[in-house]
Amino acid sequence: MNKPAKKQAELIREISGVNPLKCMKCGKCSATCPSYDEMDIKPHQFVSYVQNENIEALVQSKTLWKCLSCFACVERCPRDVRPGKLIDAARQIVVRERGADYLSPDEIPELLDPELPQQLLVSAFRRYRR
Amino acid sequence: MQRIGVFVCHCGSNIAATVDVKKVVEMALLEPGVVHAEDYQYMCSEAGQAKIAAAIREKHLTGIVVCSCSPRMHETTFRKAAERAGLNPYMVEIANIREHCSWIHKDMEEATKKAVILARAAIAKVNLNTPLKPGESRVTKRALVIGGGIAGIQTALDIADAGYEVDIVEKTPSIGGRMSQLDKTFPTLDCSACILTPKMVEAAAHEKIKIYTYSEVEKVSGFVGDFTVDIRKKARSVDMDKCTGCGVCQEKCPSRKTPSEFNRGLNTRSAIYTPFAQAIPNVPVIDREHCIKFQTGKCGVCAKVCQAGAIDYGQKDEIVTEKYGAIVVATGFDTIKLDNYDEYAYSQSKDVITSLELERIMNAAGPTKGHLERLSDGKAPKEMVFIQCVGSRCSDNRGKSYCSKICCMYTAKHAMLIRDKYPDVNVTVFYIDVRTPGKNFDEFYRRAVEQYGVNYIKGQVGKVAPQPDGRLLVQASDLLDNRQIKMEADMVVLATAIEPNPDVRKIATMLTASIDTNNFLTEAHAKLRPVESPTAGIFLSGVCQGPKDIPETVEQAGAAAVKAIGLLAKDKLLTNPCTAQSDILLCNGCSTCANVCPYGAITYEDKEVNDHGIRETRRVAVVNSALCQGCGACTVACPSGAMDLQGFSNRQIIAEVDAICR
Amino acid sequence: MSIEKNEEFRPKIVAFCCNWCSYAGADLAGSSRLTYPADVKIIRVPCSCRVNPMFILRAFEKGADGVIMCGCHPGDCHYSTGNYYARRRMTLLFSMLDFIGVENGRTRVEWVSAAEGVKFSATMNEFVEKIYSLGKNVRLEDLRCRS
Repeated sequence: MNKPAKKQAELIREISGVNPLKCMKCGKCSATCPSYDEMDIKPHQFVSYVQNENIEALVQSKTLWKCLSCFACVERCPRDVRPGKLIDAARQIVVRERGADYLSPDEIPELLDPELPQQLLVSAFRRYRR
Repeated sequence: MQRIGVFVCHCGSNIAATVDVKKVVEMALLEPGVVHAEDYQYMCSEAGQAKIAAAIREKHLTGIVVCSCSPRMHETTFRKAAERAGLNPYMVEIANIREHCSWIHKDMEEATKKAVILARAAIAKVNLNTPLKPGESRVTKRALVIGGGIAGIQTALDIADAGYEVDIVEKTPSIGGRMSQLDKTFPTLDCSACILTPKMVEAAAHEKIKIYTYSEVEKVSGFVGDFTVDIRKKARSVDMDKCTGCGVCQEKCPSRKTPSEFNRGLNTRSAIYTPFAQAIPNVPVIDREHCIKFQTGKCGVCAKVCQAGAIDYGQKDEIVTEKYGAIVVATGFDTIKLDNYDEYAYSQSKDVITSLELERIMNAAGPTKGHLERLSDGKAPKEMVFIQCVGSRCSDNRGKSYCSKICCMYTAKHAMLIRDKYPDVNVTVFYIDVRTPGKNFDEFYRRAVEQYGVNYIKGQVGKVAPQPDGRLLVQASDLLDNRQIKMEADMVVLATAIEPNPDVRKIATMLTASIDTNNFLTEAHAKLRPVESPTAGIFLSGVCQGPKDIPETVEQAGAAAVKAIGLLAKDKLLTNPCTAQSDILLCNGCSTCANVCPYGAITYEDKEVNDHGIRETRRVAVVNSALCQGCGACTVACPSGAMDLQGFSNRQIIAEVDAICR
Repeated sequence: MSIEKNEEFRPKIVAFCCNWCSYAGADLAGSSRLTYPADVKIIRVPCSCRVNPMFILRAFEKGADGVIMCGCHPGDCHYSTGNYYARRRMTLLFSMLDFIGVENGRTRVEWVSAAEGVKFSATMNEFVEKIYSLGKNVRLEDLRCRS
């Protein structure tokens, strides 16, 4: 994670297509989240972390791998901020940094490695479904 | 040849910061007809207008161009200034170099170039302007108020007190509107009915006010000062004159399964009904869809029990046509449908209710006689949860993007009333922000917290899940404690967003009044003309214009009344002189123009014309300038080019096109 | 299409806006500071039905590269029916223009209400972009009119 935080935040916004400035801090994402108790950075905080470009903390957080990608927060967010997409994007960045850049659907069966976080798979299926 | 003066406004820095005004002056002087050009800080100010007047007198100007803000803003100002200086007001043209130029462009060179072109177009047009004189039209001294809620009642009372006739048209069987459904009102906790019913009685008894209930506006034609309106009086099936309001028919009616609109469907009513006990007029209507007599032909109980013989099954809808000078829209609001908010389980549990339903439950005349109880099993709740901003402040297309404004206050009111009456009930309010601007409003909210121990938690509720035992699991976040809350509640109350009454679209179309994307009626100016519609003669009262509480609604109702009175007090109105005119030498009397005219302003007359020495009598179009509104439809339809619009003539518009494309 | 977008070419675009809705929408775009290219110049007409097809032909003859007409939404016309006439006339005119070689993209009708400042600016941005991609209009231009 050597890239400047600003650029990282920009990348997260770009991948997720989310504008964190739209957030009105209602907390409905955190109210909805089924893995809330396992997370160290809560979904609503995740949005403000991206807003404040505090990316290093996000990348280190447990949240990244505790998010189930169930997208309940995406579904219910009244401001269309979609915090789940942000978490997804942050995860993507981490995976890219590790070298496994892009995932094609055909490769997924081979990649079914117990080491691989389950969330990433769920997300990948979502992403490449269409 | 015209002698034209060009006046370029800096508008402080609004224009001057992006447009080189000196350059515009310099370039304007090169245009044909321009004999004078100057710039000034604020053209619309007293001093600016004096400069215009001085130039008109000294340089004997025959036309002026003001390069400034939108003509919708100050055209009238400059026309009046010109008139005072002895120039015909229609010799003034505005080049809009603020809204259409300086405010939207950042590059100075580009903006200046555009400003010069806009000025050039206006100069080209004014070169072809001719002095115009407005006509006069009469004002019918009677107002129509659409909607009989508190907004409509207050507007009607204020207009009537000034001595003018007012008619109220109300869709439901009684006036009273939403306010009649409320239990108590914030921030003083007056009983709503106690302050509303006297006003209803006053309106009904006022000699200048005529109330059409169970009626709808069907058709509107005409224009400011002279509207003609068709009102459909729906068949009540009860003779208004004979009925004594004894209520026996309602007691005896065997059809009792219709959900009561007044009680928000929480209980049922009979097919012949008045919406509530204090209804005005206190004359029931027969809901024909649910009446056994109308559906099967067998019943007629109400007619048998009516001592006064007021029941009239044969009654038909009646159309009343009336003339009005002014129309006030006061159509009010409804709460939004909650179909898009499954997470709150509104459709799954009877114990998840809207705030308006809670109002009915708390009301002594409501479905539970004022006892706070669960609608599912009639038990008294111990744990109550209020959820704020349900459907408000949503930019995700599920709800409304605006703040409904009244929810914070009525929730504080509900919480306070419940804690007061049932101290053993725990009340939790989940909020995003508590917005309580208003006199004594924040104090009121703080009282709920400090005095009544209402538990306010900052954080939205994520979902409400009905449990097998009938209780409701509420999952929410507490943003300040940074924890997720899972609690069980007996009742959940949703502060449901409000939206304009759905009928307003139809009414706005009839009135040609504009509405915004949320179906709120648009005001003529957001700050300076908040109670007038851009369509002349149409005024706005209450929530039809935007969310507001009762005090604000009453204020606006008064303001709308004053504006309407201001119009009704005039004997005559000056009409727009930009009307169509036909050139009898070109007209061949083909009737095309009359067919497209929406106002029936064109007729045909036999006139003697001298066509290059040949004298003959021809059938030609004649425009009645009192009726013509100046849309210009006829000018384009005319196949021979005889029809033209004063103030926007073919030559003038072409001159503008030429100037822009030069 | 960026190749055509050379530094030299600045299109001339005429926008006819009805006084009641679209002109007010343009004002709202202005007061909301929503930018669109300066190539657009607005002419105020009382109603979209005042726009004579002749004006549009004249604009092309004088070297305009695009003409857009904006009016109230159908059903919302201040004069109740004006925009219906305008819609019919423009449909006919535009198909004729297309027939004689003035591309369809150079002409457009859009309904913009007084509350739609955002739509006005978005429409203008889109339209100008389209005209840039089409390049200079040569059909119909009367060279004798060039100054």
